[in-house]
Amino acid sequence: MINRFEVDETNEMIEKENLDVRTITMGISLLDCISDDPDKLNENIYNKIVKKAKNLVPVGREIEKEFGIPIVNKRISVTPISLIGGPACKTTDDFVRIAKTLDRAARDVSVNFIGGYSAVVSKGITPAEELLIRSIPKALSATGLVCSSVNVGSTKTGIDMDAVRLMGRVIKETAELTKESDSLGCAKLVVFCNAPDDNPFMAGAFHGVTEGDCVINVGVSGPGVVKTAVSKVRGENFEVLCETIKKTAFKVTRVGQLVAKEASERLNTPFGIVDLSLAPTPAIGDSVADILCEMGLEYAGAPGTTAALALLNDQVKKGGVMASSYVGGLSGAFIPVSEDQGMVNAVMAKALTIEKLEAMTCVCSVGLDMIAVPGDTEETTIAGIIADEMAIGMVNQKTTAVRLIPVIGKGEGENVEFGGLLGHAPIMPVNRYSCSDFVNRKGRIPAPIHSFKN
Amino acid sequence: MKRIIITVVGKDTVGIIAKVCTYLANNRINILDISQTIVKGYFNMMMIVDMTESGKPFSDMSDELFQIGEEIGVVIRCQREEIFDSMHRV
Repeated sequence: MINRFEVDETNEMIEKENLDVRTITMGISLLDCISDDPDKLNENIYNKIVKKAKNLVPVGREIEKEFGIPIVNKRISVTPISLIGGPACKTTDDFVRIAKTLDRAARDVSVNFIGGYSAVVSKGITPAEELLIRSIPKALSATGLVCSSVNVGSTKTGIDMDAVRLMGRVIKETAELTKESDSLGCAKLVVFCNAPDDNPFMAGAFHGVTEGDCVINVGVSGPGVVKTAVSKVRGENFEVLCETIKKTAFKVTRVGQLVAKEASERLNTPFGIVDLSLAPTPAIGDSVADILCEMGLEYAGAPGTTAALALLNDQVKKGGVMASSYVGGLSGAFIPVSEDQGMVNAVMAKALTIEKLEAMTCVCSVGLDMIAVPGDTEETTIAGIIADEMAIGMVNQKTTAVRLIPVIGKGEGENVEFGGLLGHAPIMPVNRYSCSDFVNRKGRIPAPIHSFKN
Repeated sequence: MKRIIITVVGKDTVGIIAKVCTYLANNRINILDISQTIVKGYFNMMMIVDMTESGKPFSDMSDELFQIGEEIGVVIRCQREEIFDSMHRV
């Protein structure tokens, strides 16, 4: 039978170390909503989302109450809209109308975000996909809860550099259209390489075409719990350090698995995956950077950071995999800047640069995330940064992503406040040397040699 | 069996256990295990109870016990046992 020490340990994790389930995300296929009549299409989309997700938030709250574990977000991901809108959408405004429908449906079922205003263009772009991508700035400025992502490359296909170049422009346009709120629209836009079909985390969640009609995916968190555990083994050798992280990750993930199973049963929806991620929040003590510091670094970004992060990421997976029957999504430590107070501190101390963050993305999920850059950063420079990050994903057969926020009207060293879970960030300097002749070349970068496995 | 873990934490005072147990008895909730200590004047109790025979929904019990806790100045929290089982048992 459970004893008091075990109960106390769990409850301390929840109360003092910010243990929570970061998100229950319901993936909904919209493939059966397709119509060539825009009115019918929007009606179908709204009806399907509301029908499937109407109990998501109440059930989430019920589980929170019964188990005493906070579930921070309840979210929805849908089939990439570029695949759904094709027959009905002839202009970018037709796509924006779908974004508004998604936003309305999300509000009516009270979820925090809805993801899937997306296109998967790893090898080439269809006319519908291009229309959707060009509509992103307007869609994100006209809605509040809609998140957008574009997958521009993969290990199997290489990198679609036409899409990379286009995304450089789309990010700048999104920043311009939302400049009144410190270019917040860009916080809802991710560019991916090797995007997974079952990611429950925003802003990059979409319900891939490999998925069934409706599915429950859960994202766990718990940097504070890992940090506390690591603080108890200061000065111990690497074996002890690794075992400690692994055991803690196991415990955290078991909670996610339980919540996923309960949510799936109560919503009568199949359980998809648990995403084993260490997702920080701006709350004090809920930081991945703080774990790195606890492991022995003065700041995240100091020499040794990449090794420490590689170790952390690997142990989280090793502990988590056994705790869940199905693991998927992004599964790794997240290293956003604005959402992690320890990362913000490291940037302020000039310990952490974009180049170091890029190195760190080689060994963890996901990529250059929530990084504020000067508003006058050229769109070709943004495209160059995207291309670099996509190359890391392509060659290392992993998911990488870019979520940069060029803050219009602000420059290096100024601070930008996004609010809530998105946090705040100092604007980081960007390498000013040009890459325009490179990114302006047309076509795609071929798939790497090690992708030919057949 | 519907097992619930009840934890009670707060400043020690007369009748905490009595109040909680009376409530449980009145609602046909069976106590399976109690463990309790006082550290520096702070009361800390954990109970494992079974509410199979109780007609009360979990949510009502949880709210009512929380309310009783407020009246006597302690925090009473109810959680289904599965969260502890899944975390601490392979």
